[in-house]
Amino acid sequence: MIGSMARDPVLRNALSLGVATCVYAVSFGVLSVTAGFSVSQTCVLSLVTFTGASQLTFVSVIGAGGGVAGALPPALLLAGRNAIYALSLKQVVSGSWLRRAVRAQAVIDETTAMAHAQPTLTAKRRAFDVTAVCMYVAWNSGTLAGALAGQALGDPREYGLDAVFPAIFLALIAPQLRRPGAPRAAVAGAIIALALVPLAPAGVPILASVLGAAPTLLASRRRTGRSR
Amino acid sequence: MTWWPVLAVSGGAYGLKLLGVVLAGRLDPDLAERWSLETIVVPVLAGLILVQTLTTADRYVIDARTPALLVAAVLVWRQAPFVIIAIAAAGTAAILRLIA
Repeated sequence: MIGSMARDPVLRNALSLGVATCVYAVSFGVLSVTAGFSVSQTCVLSLVTFTGASQLTFVSVIGAGGGVAGALPPALLLAGRNAIYALSLKQVVSGSWLRRAVRAQAVIDETTAMAHAQPTLTAKRRAFDVTAVCMYVAWNSGTLAGALAGQALGDPREYGLDAVFPAIFLALIAPQLRRPGAPRAAVAGAIIALALVPLAPAGVPILASVLGAAPTLLASRRRTGRSR
Repeated sequence: MTWWPVLAVSGGAYGLKLLGVVLAGRLDPDLAERWSLETIVVPVLAGLILVQTLTTADRYVIDARTPALLVAAVLVWRQAPFVIIAIAAAGTAAILRLIA
């Protein structure tokens, strides 16, 4: 079993994302309980919200005394990028309404990046589902562990785990940069996001980075328009 | 703590995901293909990578994450396996923080 797992790159990649995610989930569990949420509330946050950056921001702001009114807007702005991801996954998340409702819950950074890194639609769907299961199990088991008894593990940054996510996203985005217009879109998105960090509320910089794709989208529309 | 903040953030976050999926289903397939909708993820992930690496809250920060991403970039360029890239990035950041 271990052998076949090692030979399946998608599963292997999803599992390594899962390990890093699980440790982060433990620290979310600790943070949430410290901020005043019960163990069951902390678990519901992970089971239903299931988007790490939003959850961490939400409980951090409440823990710092910012109140629900202060915590909800940045948490939902951070969750907004999942709507953009869902649009890009049009074919991956298609199917019956029940399937779409279930897959919608799994539309997050990791599943999106893993799906788009695959060459065919079948491979994209499989990578999305495999990553979704790994992430859901990792995030929720880690949350429960952290909420019950997580203090011992310490800060995930000590293990350098905060550096794992950008590194993996870079590995996943790299093959997509061969598409025409993609490098330009990537640079534009990076500049927009970084420029807005000191100016805009949390979540807005990454949402706005989607505008980096605008010139490429308009150009591709004009190209196909001319060929008709 | 009362339950309503939990339900508000959970419902809101799932609602946003569902909104995207429903809108995706309503998109004219022809239009979706012509606009090569997959491209919209590239700038968002690029923005995410740099915001996760170079910022803390609303400030720019150069710390152990920066060399870790550079190490990762070299390994990505050399087409190293994913697990190696993850371990190398975490190891670089962890060692630099230990020294500092």
